[in-house]
Amino acid sequence: MKKVFSRPKSLKKTPFHYCPGCGHSLLHRIIGEVIDEMNLQEKIIGIPPAGCAVLAYFYFDIDMGEASHGRAAALATGMKRAQPDKVVFTYQGDGDIAAIGTAETIHAAARGENFTTIFVNNGVYGMTGGQMAPTTILGQITTTSPGGRNERRDGFPINLSEMLAVAKGSAYIERTAVNSPANILKTKKAIAKAFRVQLEGYGFSLVEVLSPCPTNWKMDTLESCKWIDEVMTTHFPLGVLKDITGDKKDAH
Amino acid sequence: MVSAPLHVRKLPLRCIVPKVLMRGNHVLAEAAIRAGCRFYFGYPITPQNEIPEYMSERLSKVDGGVFIQAESEVASIHMVIGASMAGGRVMTSSSGPGISLKQEGISFLSALELPAVIVNMSRGGPGLGNIAPSQSDYFQATRGGGHGDYRNIVLAPSSCQELANLTYEAFNLADQYRTPVIILGDGMLGQMMEPVELPPEVQIKKLPHKDWTLTGAKGRPSRFLRSLILDPFEEEEHNWKLMRKYERITKEEIRWETYFADDAKLMVVAFGIAARIAKGAIKRMRDEGQKVGLIRPISLWPFPYKAIKEITKKVRHFFVFEMNMGQMLEDVKLALEGNGEVHFYGRPGGIILTPLEISRVISSYYYQKRLG
Repeated sequence: MKKVFSRPKSLKKTPFHYCPGCGHSLLHRIIGEVIDEMNLQEKIIGIPPAGCAVLAYFYFDIDMGEASHGRAAALATGMKRAQPDKVVFTYQGDGDIAAIGTAETIHAAARGENFTTIFVNNGVYGMTGGQMAPTTILGQITTTSPGGRNERRDGFPINLSEMLAVAKGSAYIERTAVNSPANILKTKKAIAKAFRVQLEGYGFSLVEVLSPCPTNWKMDTLESCKWIDEVMTTHFPLGVLKDITGDKKDAH
Repeated sequence: MVSAPLHVRKLPLRCIVPKVLMRGNHVLAEAAIRAGCRFYFGYPITPQNEIPEYMSERLSKVDGGVFIQAESEVASIHMVIGASMAGGRVMTSSSGPGISLKQEGISFLSALELPAVIVNMSRGGPGLGNIAPSQSDYFQATRGGGHGDYRNIVLAPSSCQELANLTYEAFNLADQYRTPVIILGDGMLGQMMEPVELPPEVQIKKLPHKDWTLTGAKGRPSRFLRSLILDPFEEEEHNWKLMRKYERITKEEIRWETYFADDAKLMVVAFGIAARIAKGAIKRMRDEGQKVGLIRPISLWPFPYKAIKEITKKVRHFFVFEMNMGQMLEDVKLALEGNGEVHFYGRPGGIILTPLEISRVISSYYYQKRLG
């Protein structure tokens, strides 16, 4: 019988620890598929963050080096500059990249560092129990914004990808989501394109992925997916924010 | 503009090198490159700016050389982590306030067991303090500095020549033990010029192979480097592993020097530039017939506790000089284990002790105790 569906070669045979409905497992799988399809397993190095995805090195069967909270872009800079022929990617959450690691990320983009960032935006600090994140939208209830995020007290959420698109050194920035089959496929294509942008030496590439966190959003999986479409995307619109390659064709 | 390197570069390698007159910060940078350092990440801060300036010029002319002026001290130490994970010989440098910012990364380097050389050309503190030479970062350097249970090898040169030799050595120690090594200098050492014999250039390809680097899982199983160990029993095991390494270092890598120690009735204990100044004072007192000697810890961690204890068999009077308010003093007291009498004289805040000042302090004590 022909095998039509199996675990990507670049994922280990370890069950994910993520909560039901979480976007991380989906995203790990599609990154694994892209690594396999682009034949990158032997030349790619991943930088997992502090956060829910910190244990990514238990799931990806590729070389991985842990970064402290927010410093993945700096670590990736040193890593990639030391071995420019390899493919380097960071995998970071919203708190990691858009709060504590903002400086590292913006400067890596401005320098045009030739690595790829997968930015998982779920609007909360997941691993620490659902506190307000830099991307928590106005009115959203979290454990540190119990009455809903209030701009007078908590300030406005940050649209980091738009900021990074302004940076002269960034080459490709796209925002996608993993809340529907169509969006998952688009995310996979975006990741493949980001890796290709890196392989071709264009500079900094980033894919922001709106990802459900049903546990901390206090919603079920379907509600979470719907909330991304109906609420989250109005604050963080999907689409290509920057592409200097002038290349419209898909990676595959 | 970097001034010193031009005539240095013309020197043929692997021959007896004539001495060149160079500034301490340039000496350190040149020695690092000769030790095979190809990656430098830093952020400007006085009094060590000559190091990034020199590295910027030199690394741009070396095969595979990478220089980045980072956006922050925090970013620069994490760039160090990235390049070290990739297997490179890597360095960063800073001074007091900048070293405080780097502590996060230094803790991670220790936990991840990554080699790196970190230079502190220290200045007066706390806070922004000033840019004058000081030794007030002794505690920070020798006690780990960041969070967690770890130690770094700390080397304290007291001349430009020793700065060259210890920097060279630091890269070997870092690789050998997979641990960060700190060069603890000060603004005076970094800024002063002395004739130096530079070490020969290593051949990077002949350096020992590292079997733990992250270079892509080609022809081998994938690897990962992490410091998060959620299971306390596993984390305890990791800490024991680090501790065993620190014990090995403590056994093998203690360095110190003595000066006029054989017949001394009073021993001065000082490190780095303060020891250099103390030597001037001791020479002056020896000329006047006072039997004063010196022991100078060169490795501040591991500290030469036994060597100092050994001296108590012959000497009962100890004087500790530091350009701080008495930090190494605590280690000297630990070394003496209650034997002998220990006195301290220090000037904090970036004041440079003078030989005359030290000799006066010691002389009055020497005669008061009727040692001579």
